[in-house]
Amino acid sequence: MRVELAPIAPELLLVGAGIAVLLGGVLARRADPLAHLAVSLAGVAGAAAASVMLWSREGATALAGAVAVDRFGVVARLVLLGVAALALLLAHHTLARDGELRPEVPALILFATAGMTLLAVSADLVTTFVALEVLSLSLYVLTGSSRRLVSLEGAMKYFLLGAFSTAFFLYGVAMAYGATGTTSLGGIAHALAGRTETPALALVAMALLAVGFGFKVSAAPFHMWTPDAYQGAPTAVTAFMSAGTKVAAFAALLRVLDVALQPLGWDWGPVVAGLAAVSVVVGSVLAIAQTDVKRMLAYSSVAHAGFVLIGATAPGAPGIDAALFYLLAYALMIVGAFGVVSLVSQGERGTSLEDHAGLYRRSPVLAGLFALFLLSLAGIPPTAGFIAKVSVFRAAVEAGHWWLALVGVLASVVAAFAYIRLMVLMYMREPVGHREPDPSPVPRLVLAIPAAGTLLLGVLPGLVTDVLGKAAVLRW
Amino acid sequence: MIRLPLVLLFSAALFSIGVYGVLARRNAVMVLMAIELMLNAVNVNLVGFSQLWRDLAGQVFALFVIAVAAAEVGIGLAIVLLIYRNRETIDLSEVSLLKW
Amino acid sequence: MSADQVAFLVLAPISVGAGIAMLLQRNAVHAALLLVVNLVTVGIFYLMLAAPFLFAVQIIVYAGAIMVLFLFVIMLLGVDRAEPLEEPIRFQRTAAVLLGVGILAELVTAVRAGVGFRALGPAAFAETGADTAALARALFRSYVLPFEATSVLLIVAAVAAMVLARRRPAPATAEPEGVVDAEEAAPEEVGA
Repeated sequence: MRVELAPIAPELLLVGAGIAVLLGGVLARRADPLAHLAVSLAGVAGAAAASVMLWSREGATALAGAVAVDRFGVVARLVLLGVAALALLLAHHTLARDGELRPEVPALILFATAGMTLLAVSADLVTTFVALEVLSLSLYVLTGSSRRLVSLEGAMKYFLLGAFSTAFFLYGVAMAYGATGTTSLGGIAHALAGRTETPALALVAMALLAVGFGFKVSAAPFHMWTPDAYQGAPTAVTAFMSAGTKVAAFAALLRVLDVALQPLGWDWGPVVAGLAAVSVVVGSVLAIAQTDVKRMLAYSSVAHAGFVLIGATAPGAPGIDAALFYLLAYALMIVGAFGVVSLVSQGERGTSLEDHAGLYRRSPVLAGLFALFLLSLAGIPPTAGFIAKVSVFRAAVEAGHWWLALVGVLASVVAAFAYIRLMVLMYMREPVGHREPDPSPVPRLVLAIPAAGTLLLGVLPGLVTDVLGKAAVLRW
Repeated sequence: MIRLPLVLLFSAALFSIGVYGVLARRNAVMVLMAIELMLNAVNVNLVGFSQLWRDLAGQVFALFVIAVAAAEVGIGLAIVLLIYRNRETIDLSEVSLLKW
Repeated sequence: MSADQVAFLVLAPISVGAGIAMLLQRNAVHAALLLVVNLVTVGIFYLMLAAPFLFAVQIIVYAGAIMVLFLFVIMLLGVDRAEPLEEPIRFQRTAAVLLGVGILAELVTAVRAGVGFRALGPAAFAETGADTAALARALFRSYVLPFEATSVLLIVAAVAAMVLARRRPAPATAEPEGVVDAEEAAPEEVGA
């Protein structure tokens, strides 16, 4: 039996680079951490190149049905690899500054990225499960990798709730297997399509899978771990996990909903819509109540999970298209926002709202970047966040969920208050205390990349609509 | 031969006991054990369905679940030990510098 | 009733009882031992459900390795510390019971509705090759990618042990005041 490796070449390159960094850390103990960074970035770049090569060979599945080869997978992988590259650069800088840089950190980021990209292309629930665990375990450790106690406690809460949710996910997989006799997404769709009435087991499977994925994408009411994990983790890691986990888990969720459970569209539609409505409301309202910027952004990420779900309620290509655009925009702005926080703060200090007062006086560049990302998170034009919100609302309305779009708009207005309050603090208030933001220019240049992306997608969304439109078809 | 509904009911009972344990216990090690109970219930289900469909995928999946559970327990217990080393407690209601 | 069925009807209550007793135990060591009882009975069910290899794995990995790990940690933490059983949050236990019962009811309903299944026969299953060799073929042909991905998972677990074990213990609570003050007083160090 010949095994063709091209469909998983990106994952192989990422894992290879991770192992190389680990070995380098052991064999060349005095090596410059820059060498680790270079190897990691080379792995990510190679993986990106390998993904792009898959664009033209759209087929069905590969490796005995374990992974899907489609353009959706290529786009999702590229977004994830972009997030990983930015996170590696940020982590290298901020962890070195805080004296916490070790070769294990880039290696774990690479392993987590491999898990994320594999999750985004998995066409079988077995692959989905193992990929999900690779990424989760890496992130538990990264969350707890700092010396601070708050980091460890965030890791413990993340771990316990993550393992709890994994059990629900697995029970759902077992039920789906029981209802259909297969774990492959295409096979499940095939088995369900032939039935005249929906088997109860499949419905329970759907509900349990929704709980499991709800935890991973931090949709309310399964978001309890999010603020603690995001606050506890080193900020560069938070940037990575907030964007990466969401993109990867949503890619897998879209595959499950629009391939495996596609025959049950009438049944999962209301469930997803309900999760979406609760998430946008809970995330937006609780974001206002926070006094810590990282916790505020965490609740904002709960709300954004809801917005992606609003897009996902539209079955088929329009929903996937809107969700994919939202994920791309969200990845850019949340990495950017946490990136700014990682420069303003140091270790666990300097993340409160007060610490951002008068940021404009201390560093106009950082304040400008942060303001741009916050505007985008709030969904105000001319930023990517605005176009993304419009596209998910349009998809929902066209699918007949106009009430959901209405809830989304109202929640956006509420959430905008939290973002604008922070901007007022940055621009209108005098600085408190003596804390100065990180002065180095390199990370500012790194943050210019997501900033440029946020603006560009906001002004010229046409640049990517063609690509995303071609990627909005799932193959199985 | 065991009738499948019995197996499934047994598994459902184990799973629910596990859910109760995770929610009600305050000791982190006990919570982990309750999660193991839930994963065990999943495996019973998978093996039962594997027999129903006369298909080995269920058994293979159960193997993966066991392997992953082992890795997960390793990491989880490491985190619990470290918390204890730092704070002398693994009581989840005391371990909240962070709010729920 | 066949012998298997009798064995199931005897062992299943023991298994469920061990699970419940485990959660009501205050002493963590006793709880761990009750979990072992549960794991072993479940292993015997695997044997009856035509999964002999899983039976072996269950005993060796689960009841063996994983439980030893649990006991090891419990011993390290100190056996004599009994956990207080009062509620951390009011009505948490009631809520937990309600949720557990709710999930049970949902699953039972689903099982009752879903099991208009065809009858199953383990004998026929055994003939189609429910032996370890067939399992290996499935694992290394259809599931070779997840199998390899598990190796990455194990690397992550090993690295995790290193990352977590090599950390210097942090101070028990937030940093002492003095450190914060020193930081605050010397802004020019980090200033632009």
